[in-house]
Amino acid sequence: MVKKAYMIIDLDLCIDCNNCFLACKDEFVDNQWLPTSLAQPRHGQRWMNIMRKERGQFPLISVAYLPTPCMHCENADCMVAAENDAIYRRDDGIVIIDPVKAKGQKAIVDSCPYGVIWWNEEEQIPQKCTFCAHLLDDGWEAPRCVQACATGALVFKSVEEKEMEKIVADENLKVLNTDYNPDPHVYYKNLQRYTHCFIGGSLAVKKNGITDCLAGATITLYKGGEEVGVEISDAYGDFKADHLKPNSGSYLLEIKHPDHESKTQEVDLNTSINLGTIWI
Amino acid sequence: MSFKKLVLEFLLFGLSKLFGIQAFRDSSFRDRLKEKNCIAQIKLMDDSVGRYFIFQDGIVKSQRGVHHEADISMIFASAEVALELITPPVDSLAQINAAKNFQFVLDGPEDLISWLPVTLINLLSAGAKYGVDLDGGVKRFVNNTNGGPVYVYVKDDKIIRITPIEFGDDDPEPWTIEARGRKFTPPRKATVPSYTMTFKSMVYSPDRLLYPMKRVDFDPKGERNPQNRGVSGYERITWEEALDIVSGEIKRVRKEHGKGAILSGSGSHHLWGWIGYWLSTHRRFMNTIGYSMVDHNPDSWEGWYWGAMHHWGHSSRLGGGDSYSTVEDALKECEMMIFWSSDPEATSGVYGGLEGSIRRLWLKDLGVKMVHIDPFYNHTAGMLEGKWFAPRPATSHAMAYAIAYVWITEGLYDKEYIDTRTTGFDEWKAYVLGETDGIPKTPEWQESETTIAAKDIRALAREWGTKKTYLGCGGLGANFGGACRSATGIEWARAMVYLAAMQGLGKPGQNMGNMQWGTPVDHRFFFPGYAEGGMSGDLAGTAAGLNMFQRMPNLPSMNTSYQRVPRLKIPEAILDGECEGYPTDSKTIEGQFLGYRYPAPGHSKIRMYYKYGGSHFGTMSDSNRYARAYRSDELEFVVNQAIWNEGETKFADVILPACTNFERWDIGEWANTSGYLFHAYGQLNHRVITLQHKCIEPLGESKSDYQIFLELSELLGVSNPFAEGTDELGWCKRMFDGTDLPKVISWKKIMKKGYYVVPAPPENQRPPVAYRWFAEGRKKDVPDMSPLPGDYAGEYGEGLQTQSGKIEFVSSSLNRYDPDDPERPPMGQYIKSWEGHHTSDLYGKYPLHLITPHVRHSFHTMGDGKDSFLNDVKDHRVLIDDYYYWIVRINNQDAESRGIKMHDLVKVYNDRGAVICAAQTTERMPPGSVHSYQASAVYEPIGEPGNSPDKGGCVNTLTPSRSIIKKSHSTASNSCLVQVEKWNGEEGGW
Repeated sequence: MVKKAYMIIDLDLCIDCNNCFLACKDEFVDNQWLPTSLAQPRHGQRWMNIMRKERGQFPLISVAYLPTPCMHCENADCMVAAENDAIYRRDDGIVIIDPVKAKGQKAIVDSCPYGVIWWNEEEQIPQKCTFCAHLLDDGWEAPRCVQACATGALVFKSVEEKEMEKIVADENLKVLNTDYNPDPHVYYKNLQRYTHCFIGGSLAVKKNGITDCLAGATITLYKGGEEVGVEISDAYGDFKADHLKPNSGSYLLEIKHPDHESKTQEVDLNTSINLGTIWI
Repeated sequence: MSFKKLVLEFLLFGLSKLFGIQAFRDSSFRDRLKEKNCIAQIKLMDDSVGRYFIFQDGIVKSQRGVHHEADISMIFASAEVALELITPPVDSLAQINAAKNFQFVLDGPEDLISWLPVTLINLLSAGAKYGVDLDGGVKRFVNNTNGGPVYVYVKDDKIIRITPIEFGDDDPEPWTIEARGRKFTPPRKATVPSYTMTFKSMVYSPDRLLYPMKRVDFDPKGERNPQNRGVSGYERITWEEALDIVSGEIKRVRKEHGKGAILSGSGSHHLWGWIGYWLSTHRRFMNTIGYSMVDHNPDSWEGWYWGAMHHWGHSSRLGGGDSYSTVEDALKECEMMIFWSSDPEATSGVYGGLEGSIRRLWLKDLGVKMVHIDPFYNHTAGMLEGKWFAPRPATSHAMAYAIAYVWITEGLYDKEYIDTRTTGFDEWKAYVLGETDGIPKTPEWQESETTIAAKDIRALAREWGTKKTYLGCGGLGANFGGACRSATGIEWARAMVYLAAMQGLGKPGQNMGNMQWGTPVDHRFFFPGYAEGGMSGDLAGTAAGLNMFQRMPNLPSMNTSYQRVPRLKIPEAILDGECEGYPTDSKTIEGQFLGYRYPAPGHSKIRMYYKYGGSHFGTMSDSNRYARAYRSDELEFVVNQAIWNEGETKFADVILPACTNFERWDIGEWANTSGYLFHAYGQLNHRVITLQHKCIEPLGESKSDYQIFLELSELLGVSNPFAEGTDELGWCKRMFDGTDLPKVISWKKIMKKGYYVVPAPPENQRPPVAYRWFAEGRKKDVPDMSPLPGDYAGEYGEGLQTQSGKIEFVSSSLNRYDPDDPERPPMGQYIKSWEGHHTSDLYGKYPLHLITPHVRHSFHTMGDGKDSFLNDVKDHRVLIDDYYYWIVRINNQDAESRGIKMHDLVKVYNDRGAVICAAQTTERMPPGSVHSYQASAVYEPIGEPGNSPDKGGCVNTLTPSRSIIKKSHSTASNSCLVQVEKWNGEEGGW
């Protein structure tokens, strides 16, 4: 069985240091690596596009970064859109745009559901991440972005398809969904950090005119009468029920603490929300 | 003829034959021989032995005997001296000793005096191999950067890629820390930060200065038009013309105005390497010509230096703490880590690549609780999460007092430690409880100052008082950046020391630190840091006296001018003709009290400014002042020696183009500063020492700083004291010989490989934990050379540097100096910011607090602008209408009320200036505060320089130039009120 190229990206470890994005520019700007790529323009293209997101409202927030390279899909729309066999898949699964054959084919840019193909105005060609195919062919163990990653957020795998399936199952990896699943070669860990929402708040009590945070309260989250999560407030009275789907409608929060009366609150969830201070 | 003379004759004959052989082997040596046509001879003083060499178009002919019309003569007092000095290997110490005692003289014109000795040294070393040959004509070299070491791939004299170094099979294994049943080992590679990854784009930047240039309306013999600096364009001139003007002006100014008329200074940082660093080559040249030095304020330490130092010492570390082995202690013991004005993920410690990130992730993995106190939801908070407190800028010392109040009233502090390891606590306790001023510093009291709810302070104080806690304050964990650079920086820094003392600083799991410093690397293997002065020979002005002066033979160099100009007061020195400063002195606590005035007694005012390195517009406060000073006719001549045409460069009369460190030889160790940041490599996972290969030829006509100074020194007749007959590679070799490297790797091998990884010591040889000795009442046992013996009240090593040897809540040094100073009383107090929400008139006009932390992606101005790849980093600059704008971060509510949307162009302004920025609307800032990093490399005023809005992004044009306290030379840049509004493209003022 032939080994295939995969990338695993862990959102918990990505800190937006941009080394992947910059290593990619270092490798491809002013350098052409034929037959797999012409030079990347100095500015304007993001073969490793780091998407950024803030969740919640001051002061209860979290941030997430989503490095987005070409997904090297098994069912690649770009290959369908390309004329003249301008895009091909290598034995190792890497999808390559032939810079000669693809000349003038701007439709390729628009065909990508992930928006990771870029148009080179000067050369009149579509361009994208090649997984540094020229370096892998030269004996490198990983593409430049992976090599430059300091935290291990980016991992490159050259394994047989069966082994990858096992890794995906064992590590609960996800793919970035579009309207359908084009079977990409890039997998994500902790993807919900980017794609999902939380309901958060801070519990507080007032006794004899003195305010205090309420730690140790149980916050139970219900949806349609069904329990969907339980959180315990921390030392600052803060709680965060995470991994909820955006725009998923109304939830009921029940707050319980042995020393205080229970309280309920309804929340209509669109995007991550900080309910602020809830006095118990 | 004596036997020695015969041997000498034979040796000289051998030398004559070697020229041809080496020229055949080495093309660069062949080129060197073509540089001069001359007759050079080597002879004895009494003419009894001699041989001359005729250099003609690269061919060398030689004859025995003395030539009476030789252009240059190398003259030795005796055959013994000659043999000792020219028999390989070269003995630099013997050479210097002979020269100093006139046993060895060079007689000839300056250009040959510097050319001949280097040619002779190269004759012996030519043909050395360096770098690794790869397939396809690619060669892989090694170099180093301020962020970390790199491999440099070169083909046809062009850099094709720059990558981090992954260690090989012949490099040592890293250390392992066992903690809580787990083993932690760092990856076998050297991590680098984003600006290091952009260096290729900086080397090949369209803003590179490739030719010497002269301002078109500057005529050194006629109209100088200083009022047009920053406005007029430039024309290309030859090196000969440029160096003639500069050397001519140096001579003229010295003759016409006398001592001290030449000012020179650098940015805080230069491109990496100990020969080319600003404390090395630049310092030696300036000492050689005599100059008024720009005195650097302790810019990243401020509150620690002017405040905390008086309570716990550490003058050698500018008032910051040490961190030995705190990484292991924290992994094993600590239950909570508080990052107080501390964002190591943005500042990378300093020079530390991304080495600390993995360690902090280990701590998170162990379930250690995290707290972040910073007006900005910073990148460390983003990575580690936990509890975020966003106090109003420059008020968080009120939080500290309220925390202490809870500890005191609830009995949550270490009373035994306070009783035995500190002095003056009762007086401070009375102040905290309100017994002395009637204001108890309760959690409720601090609410109106900080905006943090009282309940949250109580919760934090109780967590902290009951859990083993690391207090990470500042980027390095016990100093550096943030709140210490504000009007209340002194109060904040000393409050940090107070709180750490109340929880038993030094006990297991109770310390200062943020996992950035304190790794178990080898602290015994010697290689110098840049503060040790490289080839400067400057015993008085660098830390050369620590090690290198005994280890590396070189002539001492001394500045003959006592005049100094405080860096933050350069504009006042030029425009007002007078100013006052206080020194940055790391020798002893009291050094900072010795205020000085400009002009110094009997010295000239500044008439010429030799600017070198990074731009002040982005890094100094109220920096429109600098632009205005440049345009004054008080300054007769300005020369700027720079790599890029950015920031201040455009205000010079003559521009000298320097090259990057990739285009010259150098040597240095990653993150090793030594001196004021002793053992700074303790923030790395591996110590990496590099011989920095010359990877490509200098671009265009640019030259190394060393070469420019050498050529100037030839014109000034001082090339011998400047260069000592050595070239840059020769200095690298001299430095190599003076370190512990020759014991473990040969010169030949490091020339080839380019780096050496110092093996980690066995576990039982790791340094003891910082302050453990102090907590346990033992003598100091960490490998720290300071304080100096004279600064101990008791026996050497007994206690801290303070008069009592203890942590002093009431400072004895401040009591001795000025106990009645209302700005800095001997005991820490809640002093309000002189620019903030209490300054109501100003606050009414400018209701937003601007903080300007150390920039994340560039390193000061390094990596920013210049059409660098960094411009495309989404969180660094934003491209709007074909221009890359600097970013200001503003809370969504504040933005909405001003009609500002994401990436709108906005004007950030106050009475001092205006900057056009791209707005980043965010929840990472609380309402009422805005954030923009300091250190834009670009200064692009849209009208008159110094008096119009800057679209380049120098937000330091907005920050106050007032020192934190009068009796200091300090920046309070994080105390700054501004207004922000949508910018509609109008040009006007502000």
